[in-house]
Amino acid sequence: MDISLQQVGYSYALGTPFEKRALKEVNASIKSGSYTAVIGHTGSGKSTLLLHLNGLLKPSEGTVRIGDVNITASTKAKELKEIRKHVGIVFQFPEHQLFEETVEKDIMFGPMNFGVPAEEAKRRAHELIKLLGLPEDVAQKSPFDLSGGQMRRVAIAGVLAFKPSILILDEPTAGLDPRGRKEIMELFNKLHEEEGLTTILVTHSMEDAARYADQILVMHEGRSVMAGTPADVFSDAERLKTFRLGLPRSVAFQRDFEKLIGQPLDKLALTEEQLAFEIAAALKDGER
Amino acid sequence: MKEILSLDHVSYTYESEEGEPRKAVDEVSFTVWEGEWIAIVGHNGSGKSTLAKLMIGLLFPENGKLNVFLEELNVDNLWDIRSRIGIVFQNPDNQFVGSTVQDDVAFALENNGVPYDQMVPRVHESLAQVNMEGFLDHEPHHLSGGQKQRVAIAGALAMRPKLLILDEATSMLDPQGRDEVIKVVDELKRTTGLTVISITHDLEEVLLADKVIVMNDGKMMMSGKPEAIFAHGDELEAIGLDLPFASRLSRFLREEGIAIQGEHTTEEELVNELWTFHCNK
Ligand SMILES: Nc1ncnc2c1ncn2[C@@H]1O[C@H](COP(=O)(O)OP(=O)(O)OP(=O)(O)O)[C@@H](O)[C@H]1O
Ligand SMILES: Nc1ncnc2c1ncn2[C@@H]1O[C@H](COP(=O)(O)OP(=O)(O)OP(=O)(O)O)[C@@H](O)[C@H]1O
Ligand SMILES: [Mg+2]
Ligand SMILES: [Mg+2]
Repeated sequence: MDISLQQVGYSYALGTPFEKRALKEVNASIKSGSYTAVIGHTGSGKSTLLLHLNGLLKPSEGTVRIGDVNITASTKAKELKEIRKHVGIVFQFPEHQLFEETVEKDIMFGPMNFGVPAEEAKRRAHELIKLLGLPEDVAQKSPFDLSGGQMRRVAIAGVLAFKPSILILDEPTAGLDPRGRKEIMELFNKLHEEEGLTTILVTHSMEDAARYADQILVMHEGRSVMAGTPADVFSDAERLKTFRLGLPRSVAFQRDFEKLIGQPLDKLALTEEQLAFEIAAALKDGER
Repeated sequence: MKEILSLDHVSYTYESEEGEPRKAVDEVSFTVWEGEWIAIVGHNGSGKSTLAKLMIGLLFPENGKLNVFLEELNVDNLWDIRSRIGIVFQNPDNQFVGSTVQDDVAFALENNGVPYDQMVPRVHESLAQVNMEGFLDHEPHHLSGGQKQRVAIAGALAMRPKLLILDEATSMLDPQGRDEVIKVVDELKRTTGLTVISITHDLEEVLLADKVIVMNDGKMMMSGKPEAIFAHGDELEAIGLDLPFASRLSRFLREEGIAIQGEHTTEEELVNELWTFHCNK
């Protein structure tokens, strides 16, 4: 399902003295099967944007199109239900999506809600507990009696359990330990590729945006201000700086190294591995 | 040197209805001295937040001894000791009590008897320290993730604590915001002798600490200076941790056949070594 946003505006507490315009004239186009990273400073509107992509919020102005469904300010709640079957969202704070008595029930909720038989839902829950690196004995624990990173893993499992075709991730690795971070980002990427998911990732990690995304969308003060491939976006350090964003560590290091040797490397290094390769090539080049 | 906190063989087990209860904190001992910045790292579920809860008496050790400001925590001294500790929990939503940002930050001050005429400037000052002075009348629960974390940090700073405990307090800040907050805390540490205990998964932040405590499955596995800890790359990886960027890049460079000699934890050191390579080729 393709997703597009046309001139989307959103105000919290519309028409009250506390009205807060969080999105302004946002435009974006997300192709089915693509991997989009949304980056931006604190409060730039990223989470608000995501909540429009599964109909949790309706735009105050403009149109959000998901597949063949148009969502505008006047769309009825009923029409949004169908969309939610296809869209899985991992919220910024895992506590906001955990609610069942036990971890097992929590993960089973999504699939059962969409008609998957209990037995199959249970099987998936146990598979996901393992896949997400949770200790096996958490199944019967309350999701609120877990550590922060364990809760995060349960929240992710609950979303993957109903096999959405659009996967929306709001800083899904905050609170995960380094190995969990790497493994779970790789898991998302594997599902993205194997199941042809449309993936939308909000992240403060420029490194993850550079490594995984096909497209980067930059938000600034409620507006979509830049969109392009990671190589394009991270080539323009000056412009990113005006949005109070920096470069991935690998690109920043590359720039320092280039200054040192007085010449540019062949390619912009979007990952550490690639950076090591390019630096090695440059250092060996002169030997011959 | 003045002792701020000490744990002597401290253990804690959460009660559980079924299954074998496991120790969340298992015989942990260490001492924190005045003015130190301590980083606590460890895999998810290794007991870090439980340690933080023990330090402020939200939980009590099942055995072992825990002293804060040289006193063993008990129900009588708990409030007095807590008034000298600032803590930021992992989920800021769990600690908001006020209906506006400024009320929230003022709440703890009021509870600790700070007079009104001092309270207002302190609230403004600490919100300014985290760049949230523009949100005084906003409702804390209706902020963005990073804004919530900033307000929670302001609330802890407003107390002018002797000891600041941060439980992944910057996990949702953008990189620039994270650097800003760390700078503010570091400045307080240098100017006022603030002691900082920071629980974090951010390995670059760990490099700034005076001392690192590595938790694994409830036990303290190692402690020492960051450089010494990061020299144990393989062991850290085995327990779910990792190395900072410069160390990782050094490894990849070696795999590419570049014979990096030293162990570099910062970009600056690594660039310097690459410079010698470049000159010698
Ligand atoms: N429920 C709400 N009511 C009123 N204002 C809100 C609400 N949620 C967010 N806002 C405001 O809308 C703006 C955008 O918030 P949003 O949560 O989309 O930011 P974000 O880019 O996700 O930030 P972060 O990186 O900190 O999570 C912020 O200024 C925020 O204070
Ligand atoms: N309220 C609770 N009831 C029962 N068990 C708990 C509770 N809170 C934590 N635990 C368990 O205690 C262990 C230690 O949890 P703790 O929250 O201290 O970990 P942590 O190191 O802070 O992890 P994280 O990095 O994920 O935040 C974990 O196995 C966790 O499941
Ligand atoms: Mg957000
Ligand atoms: Mg924790």
